Amino acid sequence: MAKPTKEEKRANIMLQALKLFSKEGFYTTTIPDIAKSLDMSVGNLYNYFKSKDILAKEIIKYISAYLGAELRKINEEEISAKEKIDKIVRIYFKTAQEQPEMIEYFLRVYLSNREVFKDGCEGMICVSDFVTEIMIFFEEAVRNGELRDQDFFSAFGLFMGYLGGMVFLNGEEVLPQKLDYYIADISHNIYKALKSDEN
Amino acid sequence: MKTKLLWIQGLACNGNAHSFLNYPHMEQFLEDFTFVHHPIIDASKTLAEIVKTYHETDILLIEGAVAEDFNRAGEEIIAVIERYAPNVKKIVTVGSCATFGGVFKESPYANSSGVLFHEETPVKRFEAFKEKVVSVSGCPVHPDVLVNTLYMLREEIALRIDAFHRPKEFFAYTVHNGCTRNEYFEYKVDNHRFGEKEGCMFYDHGCQAPFTHGSCNKILWNEVNSKTRAGQPCMGCTEPHFPRPNLFVTKKNMGIPQYLPFDVPKRAYLTLSGVTKAFKISRLEKRLFDV
Repeated sequence: MAKPTKEEKRANIMLQALKLFSKEGFYTTTIPDIAKSLDMSVGNLYNYFKSKDILAKEIIKYISAYLGAELRKINEEEISAKEKIDKIVRIYFKTAQEQPEMIEYFLRVYLSNREVFKDGCEGMICVSDFVTEIMIFFEEAVRNGELRDQDFFSAFGLFMGYLGGMVFLNGEEVLPQKLDYYIADISHNIYKALKSDEN
Repeated sequence: MKTKLLWIQGLACNGNAHSFLNYPHMEQFLEDFTFVHHPIIDASKTLAEIVKTYHETDILLIEGAVAEDFNRAGEEIIAVIERYAPNVKKIVTVGSCATFGGVFKESPYANSSGVLFHEETPVKRFEAFKEKVVSVSGCPVHPDVLVNTLYMLREEIALRIDAFHRPKEFFAYTVHNGCTRNEYFEYKVDNHRFGEKEGCMFYDHGCQAPFTHGSCNKILWNEVNSKTRAGQPCMGCTEPHFPRPNLFVTKKNMGIPQYLPFDVPKRAYLTLSGVTKAFKISRLEKRLFDV
């Protein structure tokens, strides 16, 4: 087997740290914990990430890039906004089920520990890959008359707040059904809430 | 030898004729050029004379939109242009109405348009003469841009023109180029109140400078100022779709401007603007003298 490249090693560290941060919490997880779980020395880990804060920021960028790339594929399809909403909901829930640590990290680390991210991740900088694709989706849907024009954040909050809330409830094991069960209704609700008055 | 100019008007408001009067070196200009006819400057021929028969002309300047059944001194303007066009060396469409139809494309006259274009669509009417046509769009035309174009034609300098026959010398740039508010543009600070020197007007106030071709901020009006410098948004007056509705409001879809700076991909624009918007630059948020 080929020796992993530096980039692959970096990604591997991020994925492992992501799991620990999401599961154990950001502050209770230390760099030695992460190094130990990867069977590498603390010193070597610092060769890849100079601090826990830097690692935390790189992870959120990594998640944003991952979800952004998935959304970009949807944005580039020649389908209606209604169909795109359905696909976005699906990919979000699929990620939450198959790689729950990604969404957990976003909700429980990134959004809950803003002090860690205030330098270098101001505003939406570290989640720009993801937010940009949502913006493009909204802009195009409004431009072609499918969705109603409104402030970006009122629409963004409705869409992402809803999905985040459902994943959170799922993580708390409050939902009686699996996430997939809700996809059709949630997509329908989001579309109904955002659609233009003429449709 | 003076270059002979003939300035005729289709559907026009006289705005370009008046703007031309603001050319600061008129005496020098009139040593090199002479008017066979001009609507508001003394010239050798009257309007009635020039519409009836051909008078020797080097450059035909057309101001205003052209339309069927629109007459000047009892002659159809289209017939007047057709009489002169084959014989002159060059034709200059002066202003946006003569170039794209402008304000007067909304007139009740049938098939009102610019000489070669109706907005972006080529018009066949004068196609035979299109190689002669140079467009100097604007509402009104910038006097320096018009005169400098005329000098280039007089000196037979090979003009490089864009798709709408506008000389690239002046229209390859955007009005954004040279705008004194670029700091505010870079950091996405609109926060503008009309007449103030602070704030970029692109984000909320309808400024079209980043996607409008022209040299307004490189070759200043009356040698001192431009719309954006004075505190008014660029209205995109050199472009085919001028005037767009709601000139003082930025058209947005879910908060994202519908028209982006030329050639900037939407994804790149949104990523970049997301980054700059994250920073609060207090110096740019207040009036400069209050900082």
